[in-house]
Amino acid sequence: MSTDAAINTGVSDDAHEHHDHKPSGFFARWVLTTNHKDIGSLYLLFSFAMFLTGGAMAMVIRAELFQPGLQLVEPNFFNQMTTVHGLIMVFGAVMPAFVGLANWMIPVMIGAPDMALPRMNNWSFWILPFAFSLMLMTLFMEGGGPNFGWTFYAPLSTKYSPDSTAVFVFAVHLMGISSIMGAINVIVTIVNLRAPGMTMMKLPLFVWTWLITAFLLIAVMPVLAGAVTMVLTDKYFGTSFFDAAGGGDPVMFQHIFWFFGHPEVYIMILPSFGIISAIIPTFSRKPLFGYASMVYATASIAGLSFLVWAHHMFTTGMPVAAELFFMYCTMLISVPTGVKVFNWVATMWRGSLTFEVPMLFAIAFIVLFTIGGFSGLMLAITPVDFQYHDTYFVVAHFHYVLVSGAIFSIMAASYYWLPKWTGYMYDDYLAKWHFWCSLISVNILFFPMHFLGLAGMPRRIPDYALQFANVNAVVSIGGFAFGLSQLIFLVVVIKCMRGKGERASAKPWEGAEGLEWEMPSPAPYHTHTTPPEIK
Amino acid sequence: MSQLNLCLLRWQWGCLLVCSMLYATQVSAKSMPFNLTEGVTDISQQVYDLHMTIFIICCVIGLVVFAAMFWAIIHHRKDKGAQAAQFHENTKVEIIWTAIPFVILIGMAIPATKTLIAMEDPSNADLTIQVTGSQWKWHYKYFGHDVEFYSLLASRQDQIHNQKKKRENYLLEVDYPLVLPVGKKVRFLVTSEDVIHSWWVPAFAVKKDANPGFINEAWTRINEPGIYRGQCAELCGKDHGFMPIVVIAKPQEEFDLWLAAQQQKAIEAKAEEQTMLAMSMDMDEMMQLGEQVYNKHCAACHQPNGEGLAGVFPALKGSQMVTQDVAAHIDIVVNGKSGTAMQAFAKQLTLKELAAVIGYERNAWGNNTGDVIQPAQVKAAMQQKDQ
Repeated sequence: MSTDAAINTGVSDDAHEHHDHKPSGFFARWVLTTNHKDIGSLYLLFSFAMFLTGGAMAMVIRAELFQPGLQLVEPNFFNQMTTVHGLIMVFGAVMPAFVGLANWMIPVMIGAPDMALPRMNNWSFWILPFAFSLMLMTLFMEGGGPNFGWTFYAPLSTKYSPDSTAVFVFAVHLMGISSIMGAINVIVTIVNLRAPGMTMMKLPLFVWTWLITAFLLIAVMPVLAGAVTMVLTDKYFGTSFFDAAGGGDPVMFQHIFWFFGHPEVYIMILPSFGIISAIIPTFSRKPLFGYASMVYATASIAGLSFLVWAHHMFTTGMPVAAELFFMYCTMLISVPTGVKVFNWVATMWRGSLTFEVPMLFAIAFIVLFTIGGFSGLMLAITPVDFQYHDTYFVVAHFHYVLVSGAIFSIMAASYYWLPKWTGYMYDDYLAKWHFWCSLISVNILFFPMHFLGLAGMPRRIPDYALQFANVNAVVSIGGFAFGLSQLIFLVVVIKCMRGKGERASAKPWEGAEGLEWEMPSPAPYHTHTTPPEIK
Repeated sequence: MSQLNLCLLRWQWGCLLVCSMLYATQVSAKSMPFNLTEGVTDISQQVYDLHMTIFIICCVIGLVVFAAMFWAIIHHRKDKGAQAAQFHENTKVEIIWTAIPFVILIGMAIPATKTLIAMEDPSNADLTIQVTGSQWKWHYKYFGHDVEFYSLLASRQDQIHNQKKKRENYLLEVDYPLVLPVGKKVRFLVTSEDVIHSWWVPAFAVKKDANPGFINEAWTRINEPGIYRGQCAELCGKDHGFMPIVVIAKPQEEFDLWLAAQQQKAIEAKAEEQTMLAMSMDMDEMMQLGEQVYNKHCAACHQPNGEGLAGVFPALKGSQMVTQDVAAHIDIVVNGKSGTAMQAFAKQLTLKELAAVIGYERNAWGNNTGDVIQPAQVKAAMQQKDQ
């Protein structure tokens, strides 16, 4: 098949005559871009910048918690750090990273010339720097930034919140608009721009998982928008959605928030499943086991994600029947999730395995995500959840699924596709250092948190009882080590971007399959300008 | 492949590092338990058993899955000459590994359901306690016994700021612990005056959110006398980490004696309040008592130096209200300011304490108004408000 962009015509972007040439000048190339690859790169670079910013806040948190007593920051600022760390990591690091991967890879994987709505694509990215500038600005406002946790429970976020709350609400609205537009773009692209012969059940799993993720985004981001708007009107315009004194209910806030929040959790993990389902077969040199069941499992996880929100709220005082319903549904999620893990292991089984860095991250993902899944199953058991709830056990759980889960999968994806994006192989020596340092430190960081939680340490506290001191010191050391390890990744990426290293061939991985490997590395600025043939 | 060996070597090094760190922790940790408490109630024991069951199930499944995976990693390697098989589905296997977890889950759900239903049945209680959270303290009220009190953190600011050595139960000690009888079903009615708090004592396996404007129920029946400690478990603002819970469980006779003594104390306090109205404090006495009260109840927000936190908690030093308008000053301390973190202290402090703390604020940190506030003045202001 021909993927040589230079000989093709009929490119959707009519802003410039020479389709094979990138627009010249920084402004035209990056600010006005409608090219899915450039926008993908922007998303990925932005998310990495946010990852380091949110990470710096985590370092402040861990430094304060290194010893009992208050050393570095006041409790009010500590609360701002936990809040903004969470918001940035969720909305600024993990989600944009996945959107970046989607932008880069979905058109390439399905044989489309670009995303279906390229101008909107530009807009959905360029909203983000403004949204996060606003968010970060609040930290310098009088009274400080949001200090009510990333979950912004009312009435802490309404009656008792700092004046900057209005800015926080506006920033969240912007992020939501960006996500919804990104999701619409993904859906329209996958549904309309597949190359002839690329039937739904031939789609790479990354595309499938993103399609399902995009539907989740469209379903729940408006709910989040509703929640922040109600917070806004409760605080500034005298409504009483969440104030019992005016006929409202503070627990209703939590229902609305988690109706968004739980599908949101899956928004941050389903694309990971797609990435791992691409990488494991490549380095096992064997087709993915149970493709169809992977698709069905993803869809059922997405469906169930709408029926489990109240497991975040078991202690709020629900009727027993509701507690039982949410417990059973939550336990049920472990079935399709288990199927996925079994399928990955079955893919590796009797393969011909090699352990390049993407594979190392993918294997680490499977093991550590599964550990996070197990603690999730433990948390689903309502009577025991009463003990775990709002302790460090929960912190350990969601960091296992988000850091050694989602973020490890993003790292795996980056190493896997960096040769395709930049045309250069990553520095293998540094990349291996990055992997092993991350793997070891992430476990020193998060595994002992399970013990802290079981021993009774609540989350979101700036100071703790003496018995927790030693384990917290270990956790903090792990935290600093993990933070530093990510700087190695920064070096690796910069080296690739600056063209230092071995030239990458069109298909640098022996066992790789898919349209992205049938075009040269780096991928030309315009690809699939005539649809490829799908066998 | 030598690179892989190098990797394995590094991994071993890493394991060694982790192990030695964990070992170091074990040796010097001040008896931090590494597992969930079994607690001191039948329910907490059941919860612990559920925790261990699900934990062991997870371990066994994990062991099987990871064993298969590492078997493949070790044996099905390209550098060992492994040829990739090409199978990619097997309906029978897929049905089996969907069905088995399902059956395990049902096995787990049955005992969990039983325990949950028992936990959520607060009927036929012998004693009812109303637990009210507010920023950042707990209030306990014994229904039908005319006993109620606030319970505040007893660790001092100088310990928190590392100027004094921290005591053994640092951050887990209060001035007035909740006292409960052993062997009786105690029902808690949990609510809040401001934001959401959560009342949690691990030894009872009770954690219930305190929602403003709503009342939640929970219960416990303690089997052994002792001191049990817990903390607020829901982010409730700046001092969320500083509102512990301490429960002392006493045998019934001792509890009855304690309760009677509390009732007696309440009567005496009321009588003293009356005599206090006729007496007057001098400046020294007022400043001494006022400083104590201020540091305990006010300093968390307005800061020990009276300067507050810009944009969050107003400064009292040099404040117009504090240096000039006595009536407004008394009013805000006594009745609070709705819609803010400023609470009404009328119920939390005695008349004498109220007068002392208001007077202290008017004379400390260079405010030097020279005003001496008397209990009678505060009482008069309260009565005026009532009319």
